[in-house]
This record gives sequence, structure tokens and C-alpha cells, in this order.
Amino acid sequence: MTAAASSARTADAATLLDVRDLHVYLGESHILQGVSFGVRRGGITGLLGRNGVGKTTTLRGILGLVPRTGAVVLDGEETSKLPVHEVVRRGVAYVPEDRDVFSGLSVEENLTLAERAGAEHRYDLVYELFPELRQRAAQQAGTLSGGQQQMVALARALLNADNRILLVDEPTKGLAPLVVRHVVDALRRAAEVATILLVEQNLSVAHKLVRDVVVLDQGRVSFTGDVEQLMGDPALARKHLGLAAAGAH
Amino acid sequence: MKRARSVGIGVAVAAVVFAVLPFLGITIPGVFDGPLNSPGTLNLLGLCFVFGALALTYDLVFGYVGLLSFGHALYFATGVYVTAIALTRWHWSLLAALALTAIVSLVLPLVLGAICLRMRDIPFAMVTLAFAQAGSILVMQNPFGLTGGEEGLALGGDTLPAALVGVVNTRNVYWIALVLLIVLYAIAWRAVNSPPGRVWQAIRENERRVNVLGLNPYLYKLGAFVLSAFLASATGVVYLLLQGGANPQVTTADFTLALLVMVVLGGVGTLWGAVLGGVLYEYLDFRLIALSNTSAVKDLPGLLRVPLSEPLFLLGVLFIVLVLFVPGGLGGALRRRFGTALGSTS
Amino acid sequence: MTTIALLLLTGLGLGALYFLIAAGLSLIWGLMRVLNFAHGAFFTVAAYAGWVAANFAGGAPPEVRWLVGVLVAVAAGAVFATLTEVLLIRPLYARHVGQVLVTVGLALATISLVQGGFGSDPQTFALPRWMTATTNVVGAGVPNTRLLVIAVAALVFALLLFFLRRTRFGLIVRAGVENRAMVQALGIDVQRAFTLVFAIGGAAAGLAGMLAATYYGTIDPGRGTSMLIFAFIVVIIGGLGSVTGSAVAAVVVGVVQQFLNFYGAAGVGDFSVVLLLAIVLLIRPGGFSGTTT
Repeated sequence: MTAAASSARTADAATLLDVRDLHVYLGESHILQGVSFGVRRGGITGLLGRNGVGKTTTLRGILGLVPRTGAVVLDGEETSKLPVHEVVRRGVAYVPEDRDVFSGLSVEENLTLAERAGAEHRYDLVYELFPELRQRAAQQAGTLSGGQQQMVALARALLNADNRILLVDEPTKGLAPLVVRHVVDALRRAAEVATILLVEQNLSVAHKLVRDVVVLDQGRVSFTGDVEQLMGDPALARKHLGLAAAGAH
Repeated sequence: MKRARSVGIGVAVAAVVFAVLPFLGITIPGVFDGPLNSPGTLNLLGLCFVFGALALTYDLVFGYVGLLSFGHALYFATGVYVTAIALTRWHWSLLAALALTAIVSLVLPLVLGAICLRMRDIPFAMVTLAFAQAGSILVMQNPFGLTGGEEGLALGGDTLPAALVGVVNTRNVYWIALVLLIVLYAIAWRAVNSPPGRVWQAIRENERRVNVLGLNPYLYKLGAFVLSAFLASATGVVYLLLQGGANPQVTTADFTLALLVMVVLGGVGTLWGAVLGGVLYEYLDFRLIALSNTSAVKDLPGLLRVPLSEPLFLLGVLFIVLVLFVPGGLGGALRRRFGTALGSTS
Repeated sequence: MTTIALLLLTGLGLGALYFLIAAGLSLIWGLMRVLNFAHGAFFTVAAYAGWVAANFAGGAPPEVRWLVGVLVAVAAGAVFATLTEVLLIRPLYARHVGQVLVTVGLALATISLVQGGFGSDPQTFALPRWMTATTNVVGAGVPNTRLLVIAVAALVFALLLFFLRRTRFGLIVRAGVENRAMVQALGIDVQRAFTLVFAIGGAAAGLAGMLAATYYGTIDPGRGTSMLIFAFIVVIIGGLGSVTGSAVAAVVVGVVQQFLNFYGAAGVGDFSVVLLLAIVLLIRPGGFSGTTT
């Protein structure tokens, strides 16, 4: 390996996930128009932006749940040509916006399903963060409250010890403040063992949790940098995130 | 409009050629058993036209609006049976029988379509199939002795005007079939290129967007459904004339599925493709049966003879091959070869 | 009273046959969104394979021959279904209409082949003596074939439920019926579940084909298609993707059909089942299990 290549590799060693020139079309809409950014290894990176700007689509594009062009590189390995389940097996966990727990299955079954062969299953961590899940193990997931379903969704993502990055989409959406706090704590704990790419509409939550931010605007990346850089400057915040940003701290 | 004109010219030429066929004593060996003006050949060609027209009506609802109806045969059978019953059981005049058939062919699809179209996609397909099956059962039960059950109904010599009866007058029925095909093609072409026709295609692409535009897809779908059913019934009437009787085979699910094969064969989404598919299907069905009766095939070992003797087997395999490898059907393949001159709304 | 008992048990027998076909159809639809018209072909081909095998074992006692026939039919159904999924369904992954069409073509081709090879007339199916005998149930002489078919279908139902609720593959299938994309997002390859579900459906259809031959005493190339339509109706009424729903709907359809065919005229029952479908779909487009399409 040449010196140039090896130094490039060292520089990239800090980047766990590299998204390059991602384009996604849904029907005739050009939703993502060349999205490129890197996610630093460790900690929580925020993916922010106004409503409808393509944040969820970006996460789905990384996994391959929507057809896309461009490259996705996970820890040096290109995953763009792999089917969804192969991408996930390489240590990518997904916590979707609608939670997508299986309503007809029990809580326990939802977790069992998420177990991946060959990985250590961290039930102790999961039950420590979400003790309610142990109590409601036999309950049908469809009868859980929104907050409880969110816990199941997060638990699924944390279960496998070899999950390197969690793609988390608006985990606090529609939840009561007390539950929001619980989720925030859980995410902080999760960040100790995995990298997190967090899409969050709630900017005060985002500000509490994330270190780096990537801001999308009209299908493109409009800002990358430190969260303080963005939030600390009301004019900048307003420009990239809209009026709501200016007051959120 | 240049495309429309070139299609129009093509259709006119074809119409003239086929119109004078009964006067031509040419024999094309291998393709037809007798000379072109023989009753047997004319009857076969007439059937081909009927099926071309029927496939066309199905293409309207399946190819253009995107409704997977498994019950289209029901409306074809309506044309066949209502006319036959009025003629043979009630001894009505041909005109009266046709009037009744026309009314039934408007009311029935309106009622059934209104029910079926409340569902989408697969449930819609299943309900249409179920209703067609109910019709089939009804016909087989021979209620009040009307339908003739398994044996069907034969049009006796006294039920039709003299000009339509008898082998000698096959050419008259042949011409009726030709006119049917041309008229239906014209109607279909007009419908597809009209504003409602464009809404149909929009519905096939993206129904939600049509909603957003403030249009009610349900009404447009119902309109297409009723139109195609009504036209299908018309083809049924001509079929009755060509066959000289009604046969319950036309009410079966197999028959609707054969329609599906015709349209896919010819290519979904072009009118002339569907006609081609229908014509080809009927021709192949006929010839393959004749082929299987030849000594060449009869002498083959069982392993080869059996598959070759079953036209549906060959057509089924052809169908599979087409779906897997030639998604646009023959029409699509030809279009790719000869470019967009052949168009998609023609 | 005896008539009612007889009609009830005959209806249950018919329902048992519908269930065996419908269960596979329901899972295939629920998991893969494929409307499998070839299911009737699985039924027919497997039944004839079993019949041929049973005749082959000519010297053995009739029970053994029947058992051989059943086992061969189940195996033939499973193999045929697996081949269909791998060779025809898989290549058409994103094309749902194409998948339906290809099963239509397969059904047309194989059933006409069977007709060509064996003739379109029904042929007798030799049964052990005790099967054609009747058992007295509340005064009615119920043919043992009916009871046998009911017992076998009940057993299959129990096995299917066990598979779905107690095995990992069953868990994957149940989750996949709900949300296929999320199952993939958990790192699970749903493709293998597709093939398994097709194989199970084919095996059940093959069993149904053999049991139908037992029930009617004859084997018939057209039976697969006519039973398939009723099985579709059962699947929709019971809820696409629900095995329990199919079981309940199969019983209802079978019993209603028998009663109305008897107390009305022949064919009225069949007709009414179709009306029942239309009514159910108008009230609840997802059928009774509430599974949305």
C-alpha cells in the first residue's frame, strides 16, 4: 500500500460511515440530489433539516430500502451493492420513524426475531435500559403504547453486540415529555457502545445529544460541522433549520 | 396527428384487403386449409376478428386503466347467451334480441362494476373472478331451461334472418365480424385518446395523483369498466353468429385466463397489439388442434405427442416465456424493433 | 337431525379440503404478495403423481397403497412448488402482476398436460374397504372418508400453528406477513422464507389433492381449478395471511355450501358462497382477520 493510500486510510479511520453522492428518486421526485457526508466513529451525529427534506430517505438509502445511486462505505467496505439484510448483518441497525414493531408478535418475540446468529445478545443491557420490556415480555406488541413500542424498537437495535452503527429516525416523535427523557437517556447509554446517526426534528433533544451535525436542505447537504457552531448562531440556525431553530436550546 | 394518420391509413388498407378476401380464390398452403374464400377459412378468420376485438376490449380495462379483471369473460358470455336465449327460447326477432342484449350489457357491468371497483388490485381481481364464476354456475344450472346447461343452445335455422344462416352465407357473417373489429378499434382508439382516456392511463400510473387533481378515479374506472364490458358483449353476439350457438365454455374461468394470455401475447398498452394477440391466439388454437390430428404428430412417441397435442399447454408455455423474457408482448417487441412510429396510443 | 349431522360433517369435510389449499395460498399471499394461480396445478399434478404411485405399489394391501399415494403426493407438491418459486417467481421479484401472470401460464400448461396424458374424464381411485364404509354419527351414516379428511386437516392445522408459533422460521413468516421490509431490516434473508412457504403450500395442496381423490373416490384433472376458486374465496374471507382465519372461513364456506346446495337446488350453495365473498369484501376489504391487503 502506498504512503498516500495508507495516510488516506488513517484519516478515514475516524469515519465509520461514508455516504457519497447519494441520489434517490421516488416516482418522479428527485428526493436526494447528491447527498455526501461522513459519520464520525463513536458518539452521536445528528441528521437535521426541515420537514420533508429527505432525512428519512437518506437513512433508507443507506440501508438500501429504496433504490439509489451513489456509494455507501461502512468502515472501509462498500455496501452499496449489497441487499438490505446483508448491509444489516454488517452491523447496521435501523430504528424506523414508525417504530415498525410487529404488532401480532409478543414483545419477547419481537426481540428474539432481532437476534443475529454469531453475535452476543445483550439482554442485560436492554433490560437494564428498559425494565418494562421484561415485565411485558408476553404482551402483544400491538397493544403497547407509543413510548413502549419505541423502547422495543430501540431494544432491537441494541440487542446485537456487533452492531456498530444505529440509524435512528425521530425516536421522540409523538411521545410524552417523561418518555422523551427516558429515550434520551437510553440513547446516551447506547452511544457508549455504538455510533449513532440520529434524525431528529426536536431540536432541543438534538442539541442535548449530538456532537456533529449534518443538515439537509432540498435534497442536498447544506451544512456540516459542530452542533454548537450551528445552534450557537441563531442566524445560521434559522437559515438552515427554519424559525423554530432560533429559540431551541 | 401524423401518427394517427399513418395508423388510420394502415387500418384502412387492412380493412380493404380483408373486405375483398371472400372474392379471392387464392390458397395459402400451410396457413389455411382451404382457399381464402372457402367457408371454413372465412369462419376461422371471422373468429380471429372476434377474438381480436375481444382482446381489444380487455386491453382497455387491463392495459390502459390497469384493472386486473378476471371476470371479463362474463360480459362476452352475456352477449352470447342473452341474444341466444331471446332468439331460441322466446323467439324474438334479431333486432329485439340485440336491443335486450344492449340493455343488459349496460346494466350488468354497471351494477357489478360498482361493487367490484370498491376494491383495488387483488381483492378486485378476486371479486370479478367470483362473479364470473357465479355466472358460470348459473348458466350450468340451466334455470328455467333457459341456458341449455352443459349442452348450450343451438341457433335453429328459423331464428335468424336468412342472410345470416347457412354455410353459403358465411361470408356475410365474416363481413360482420370484420366490421365489428374495425368499429370497435375506432371506438377504442377514440376513447383512449380522449380526455377521459388520458385519465385512465394516469390512473394506471398513479391513482393517488389523480385524486389530488380533483378527479374521482372511481367514476373513471367504472366508465372504462362498463364501456369495455359493453363492447365485449357486442363481440359475443358476433361470436354467436359465427358459431351458430351458445356454449358454456365461454363462461369458464379458463376462458378469461385465455383472454389474459391474448393481451399479454400481443402486448399490454397498445390497441393493435391486443388485436394481434387475439387474432394470433385464436389462429394458433385452431391450427394446433388441427396439427395434433395430423399423422406427423400422432406417430410421435407419447412423451412428445401429448404436449404437442394440447394447444393450451403450448400457449401456457409461450405465455410463461413471454412474461419472463418479453414483458411487452409481441407488440412491445415489435415496437422496440421499429421504434416509436408504432406509438402507444394506437 | 340426522340430515343435519350428515350435512354438517360433509360440509366440514369439504371445508377441510378448502383449508388445506387455502392455508398455503394465504401464507404465500401474506408473505410474498403473490396470487398463486398455480396452486390448483400443484393440487392436480401431485394428486396424479400419488395416484400413479399408489397403482404402482399394486401388490401391497390397500392401506399401504393409499399411504404411499399420500406421501408421494405431498412430496410431489412440495417439489413442484419449490421449483416454481425458484425458477418462475424469483426472477420476477419486483413485478407483482408478472408473478400472477406466470402462475396463470403455469396452471394452464400443466393442467392441460395432465389432461392430455390421462384424459379429461375422472378415473376411479381404489380405496381401502374401511374408508368407503360409513360410521354412525347421531343416526346418520357418515362416510369414513369425510371423517378421515377432517381428522387429517385438523392435524395439519395443529402442525401449521406449531410451526408458526414455536419455530424461528414460523416467527419470520408471521413477522414477514406483517412487514416484510422490517424483517429484512433486521438482517434476515426473507428469500429463504419465500421458498419455504411455497414448499409448505405445495405440500398442503398435494395432500389436499390426494384427500380430495379419497373424498370423491375419483381423480379428475379439472378439480384443481374449481376447488382453487373456492379456496381463494376462503382466503379472502378469512383474511389474507392468516392460517386461523382460513380455517374458520373454510369451515363456514364448506358448511354453507353443503346446506344450501341441499336445501336449495344444486348450485345454489356455490352461488351463495360467491355472494358471501362479495358481501364480506364490501364490509371489510381485508377479510375478517383484519389483515390489510
